[in-house]
Amino acid sequence: MIESYKDKNVSEMNLNTINLGPTHPATHGIFQNVLTLDGEKILHAESTVGYIHRAFEKLAEHRPYNQITTITDRLNYCSAPINNFGWEMTAEKLLGVQTPKRVDYMRVIIMELARIADHVICNSILAVDCGALTGFTHIFQQREKIYEIYEGICGARLTTNIGRIGGFERDFDDATWKKIKDFVDEFPKAFKEYESLVNRNRIFMDRTIGTGPMSPEEALNYGFTGPNLRATGLDYDVRVMNPYSSYQDFDFSIPVGKQGDSFDRYMVRSAEMWNSISIIKQALEKMPDGPYHADVPEFYLPPKEDVYTKMEALIYHFKIVMGETKVPIGEVYHAVEGANGELGFYLVSDGGRQPYRLHFRRPCFITYQAYAKMIEGSVLSDAIITMSSLNIIAGELDA
Amino acid sequence: MELNNGEYTKVVDALQSRFPKSINDVGAPYEMLTLSVENADIKSIIKYLSEEEMGFTYLTDVCGMHYESTDELGVVYHIQNLYTNTRIRLKTRFPKSKPETDTVCDIFKSANWQERETFDFYGIIFKGHPDLRRILNMDEMDYFPMRKEYPLEDGTRTDKNDSMFGR
Amino acid sequence: MGVNTKVNIVAAPEGHSDAGFFATSLDKAVGLARKNSIWPLPFATSCCGIEFMATMASNYDMARFGAERLSFSPRQADLLMVMGTISKKMGPIVKQVYLQMAEPRWVIAVGACASSGGIFDTYSVLQGIDKVVPVDVYVPGCPPRPEQIIDGLMRIQDLIGNESLRRRNSPEYKALLNSYGIK
Repeated sequence: MIESYKDKNVSEMNLNTINLGPTHPATHGIFQNVLTLDGEKILHAESTVGYIHRAFEKLAEHRPYNQITTITDRLNYCSAPINNFGWEMTAEKLLGVQTPKRVDYMRVIIMELARIADHVICNSILAVDCGALTGFTHIFQQREKIYEIYEGICGARLTTNIGRIGGFERDFDDATWKKIKDFVDEFPKAFKEYESLVNRNRIFMDRTIGTGPMSPEEALNYGFTGPNLRATGLDYDVRVMNPYSSYQDFDFSIPVGKQGDSFDRYMVRSAEMWNSISIIKQALEKMPDGPYHADVPEFYLPPKEDVYTKMEALIYHFKIVMGETKVPIGEVYHAVEGANGELGFYLVSDGGRQPYRLHFRRPCFITYQAYAKMIEGSVLSDAIITMSSLNIIAGELDA
Repeated sequence: MELNNGEYTKVVDALQSRFPKSINDVGAPYEMLTLSVENADIKSIIKYLSEEEMGFTYLTDVCGMHYESTDELGVVYHIQNLYTNTRIRLKTRFPKSKPETDTVCDIFKSANWQERETFDFYGIIFKGHPDLRRILNMDEMDYFPMRKEYPLEDGTRTDKNDSMFGR
Repeated sequence: MGVNTKVNIVAAPEGHSDAGFFATSLDKAVGLARKNSIWPLPFATSCCGIEFMATMASNYDMARFGAERLSFSPRQADLLMVMGTISKKMGPIVKQVYLQMAEPRWVIAVGACASSGGIFDTYSVLQGIDKVVPVDVYVPGCPPRPEQIIDGLMRIQDLIGNESLRRRNSPEYKALLNSYGIK
């Protein structure tokens, strides 16, 4: 209950209990909030999650390492490649595999494209929740271009299962390189148009400024990471603190906000999209030559010509497809900067073909705890905007 | 044990001097300091580390474990010092017949739902937790699914033939 | 840019026409009207929901088929599009939403998870929504491409266009609903 209501008499209040969810047009995914309202002011909120609990962690204990990539797709499905690469890097850390520079740079390009895809969804749906549908339809066309790039690499649009432990299954073909270059040229124009519609729009600013503010100390205590934390003023980014996949070679800034409200979160995501474009440009310019996969024969399928002619390749192929390769015993924690924050993988291996324990440190789950506190004292429409701006993806929330 | 990171040596020395009997094992697999501590002292150790002097003010992760070979349950904490960019892992174990440990919700608010999730999956009771109930599974569920003795699949489903799928 | 004159309009049903009138059977006329003005309820839970958003967006544009007005209230919806994994916790809610829809209502299960549980053969996932509600069309895929979702919608349109007006009162339909415990 909020402070100013401590001494109020119940008869003075116009109490209502409403159910927001689990199926609701404004919630991006299925989670429920039972709100106690006085008129339109929210006094208390109670969150219920778990409506899409798919038992990823238990499932991961029953699948060999190559098949877990498909599960990680479905965590934050708007930016699936980041989850895929995060898992592959965790497995590579366990095995002690050093990926060649070319693989790292290719991964960086795909991860930044995925980040753009995720932020496009969050920002355009935030505008839709304020009533602005035009921007959504315009900027979604750019996501189709990103999907075409994914299709050229791995064959799938959304749940990509991209890459292999050790690198990529094949080098990007010329058509894909051309698509990436075209995207880097065309996206800024389309995004500028979108920003001109929304960023300085009077209605949008009035709706988002001041809603759901967070102080940096409280955000840290609640375990925030990613754009939600950077909007409060702290420049914590896993790509800079614990660089992975050669991110230290790239030159990019970390945008931060001031008040931690919805407008700041929106602007931080916008700025990150511009950063991503710049990182992709740098990666394209500095792309090194070399192999597109590391030498890890126990996990990386050998080329088909070798399978049909050489004995060891045939044996490795058989062992990988049947999932019979052993891994070292140990435990490793690896974190990547997902679109919503630090996505961590805690892998405990007992030497068998399946992990003994795989825990996903999901940023959405940890962030959403704070939601009930963030909306106390605000009105219902602001609560919807706050939820939209936190970018809660149900798949990552429940896992 | 050989710890090449100066920060890690500082942490281990400070903990071993303040809590001499609680540290069971010190290691650094894959360059992350991992300490196994006694269940009774885990909260005081985390509280000590989270204070300004040691600086581990950020809780990254809380997860449960089931150690099948010794029939014990456990909790693994990952905490971070954002000032010196140091990450450490703390592990604790307790018997499955009495799965209780102290909550760290009063130190880190982010532990609230993570401990509920650990309770939901493993049945670990966090003493002092304000609202310990199931979070991801259905409230009516009467077993703790992540424990190793329970299968992945739902045994009551009728449309899949397990004899065909080699379970 | 020239005017596109090769626009496909919906074909008229068979009937007898002459100057000033067109006679056809009632169910054909009603079917034609219903199938080109579906009001879907997007019950999007996970990844298939994002592909649905791409289907509604300008590149694939499901609105061309008449499904322009999405209804989030089941009372006003014709077609329940379940897109994404339904867990056991969510099953009763799907049923509740289905019960609130008025006849005639159709259900399309988009994606492998809604059709049969998908890759999630686990303790917490409902192995297909046909365990709780009767389903008319299943769209496989993980997630299905927008073209597949539109194909599923077109199958629903075929079903709607050819449905007899007496179907919802027939004993077979009542037996179907009874098997789900729906009165």
